[in-house]
Amino acid sequence: MLNQPTNRVGGYMTGHENSANGEHLVLENAQLTLDNGSVLEALTLAYRTYGQLNDDRSNAILICHALTGDHHPSGANPLTGRAGWWDNMVGAGKPIDTDKYFVICQNVVGGCAGSTGPSTLRADGTPYGLDFPVITIGDMVRAQNLLLDRLDIPDLFCVIGGSMGGMQVLQWAAAHGERVFSAIPIATSARHSSQNIAFHEVGRQAILADPDWHGGNYAAENTAPRKGLAVARMAAHITYLSEAALQRKFGRNLQDRDQLSYGFEADFQIESYLRHQGISFVDRFDANSYLYITRAMDYFDLAAEHGGTLAHAFANTKARFCVVSFTSDWLFPTSESIALVRALNAAGANVSFVEIDSDKGHDAFLLDEPEMAQTITGFLNAAALARGLSGARHE
Amino acid sequence: MNDPRAHANGNLTEKRIDLMLIASLVEHGTRVLDIGCGNGELMELLVAERGVDARGLELSQQGVNACVARGLAVVQGNADTDLSYYPDRGFDTVILSQTLQATQRPKEVLQEMSRIGNKLIVSIPNFGHWRIRLALALRGRMPETQALSAKWYDTANIHLCSMLDLIDLCDTLSLRVETCLTVSNGKVHHSSGRPSARQNLMAELVVFELSH
Repeated sequence: MLNQPTNRVGGYMTGHENSANGEHLVLENAQLTLDNGSVLEALTLAYRTYGQLNDDRSNAILICHALTGDHHPSGANPLTGRAGWWDNMVGAGKPIDTDKYFVICQNVVGGCAGSTGPSTLRADGTPYGLDFPVITIGDMVRAQNLLLDRLDIPDLFCVIGGSMGGMQVLQWAAAHGERVFSAIPIATSARHSSQNIAFHEVGRQAILADPDWHGGNYAAENTAPRKGLAVARMAAHITYLSEAALQRKFGRNLQDRDQLSYGFEADFQIESYLRHQGISFVDRFDANSYLYITRAMDYFDLAAEHGGTLAHAFANTKARFCVVSFTSDWLFPTSESIALVRALNAAGANVSFVEIDSDKGHDAFLLDEPEMAQTITGFLNAAALARGLSGARHE
Repeated sequence: MNDPRAHANGNLTEKRIDLMLIASLVEHGTRVLDIGCGNGELMELLVAERGVDARGLELSQQGVNACVARGLAVVQGNADTDLSYYPDRGFDTVILSQTLQATQRPKEVLQEMSRIGNKLIVSIPNFGHWRIRLALALRGRMPETQALSAKWYDTANIHLCSMLDLIDLCDTLSLRVETCLTVSNGKVHHSSGRPSARQNLMAELVVFELSH
């Protein structure tokens, strides 16, 4: 999947060589014990860094990406040439300021942007396909811990992410709290809801029903379940928006025509838009990765891992939290964030919570939301002061 | 809490006195919850002067953002509905600063406060003050004072009361008045135990320290 030149950081090099801006860095030959009990050998983890690690190695921010994201939140994506998925939030002078912080983003294990996943070729030259083990949010975060170890970064100044990225943030705080100074879970939940599992299942069944899926062995057949993956993306994309945003953007407007076709062409703009979303997605994402990563989200349930009480997941946490939700997000509604805040309060954690007024649905966390930017800037500045980072200033 | 105009009520000096009086009742190094914390002015004062571990609850997004930018741990929420999320005895002191009169159900809010904290600090504008009584008696109009400047149809203060009214409610809830600080013409009067009818006439503002 990757053919651009890579800057290989193999084996056991120390971190300073990694401090330079790198578009596509890889950590090779890692080994990861998974939640399902198996061990992934010869693991490759793709990542990208921005800014400089300070002398105290105390200014690192880890950005965790969402379901279909990658390790290019800022700057040009070398694969697509387009701006990074969080370009408005990450960069010099932006809320996640690369002039002040050393920013790391890693493609999740199981992904398809350079880290080992189901499309990765094994020693015998064939891709894993469905032989790839089922991975979890916990596995993704353990793989990120491996990277911190290799970069010789003792702990994170902040771990931040939205949606599935937010699940990783919570997993970090619960399982590796000693390495987390502050945490910003955005538009997320401590467990995937029944409704969310249901939508994921629709997407997976669309892929599985595509004859070009070939039981997951489509690479050997030199094809891909493009139609199934496109439908999965279309269904999912609806859940990322809000009724109000769809109505405002598309209404019942017709696409390239003045009247109804009395057929099944894309009469409406919304149909055309969704078809475009589906088709463009299959060019950048692997169908099997989609199966595995949606599964990882479905399996996520922090409370279940802690005796059914979410507060126990955060017992004795020293991290300061800033929880963010959006009013029109019905995929990860504010009620999920409130349940999280309630558990953090019960655990005596230092927690702030803001519900941002937006009609842009779940996708709002990826868009230009000034209130979100202000909240995160303020929280990071205050946390930087508390940690004594140089360059930190009172607003 | 609620309408930001509620925070703009009163002149700066009066506000500062209110906050200083509350701070004087908070012990060093304790865990404090400030309900309706606004832009975090009191919390910041308590952290700086009293070294407390402070948490806040605030309705307005502006207020929460201002608090977060100050490094304060503040949760966006509503005193009427969201106090049930806090664990029993989670805090040493729970503060309600000029917010009680703006809540939907003051009795339930006080009940929740006494469940959450060991000590309660409640401040209110005193509707028993002579100037307010006089305004209603002589002009036959809803009083508008420095502390209560909004029009009757525009005010966030839907449950105004005199300090004696609040004492009655405290009796119902078995809350005991430990300290009563009143402000009259910029002067502070300190008393322990229940306030007198004269205090109710003279006080523009009152801060109660309550225990249960």
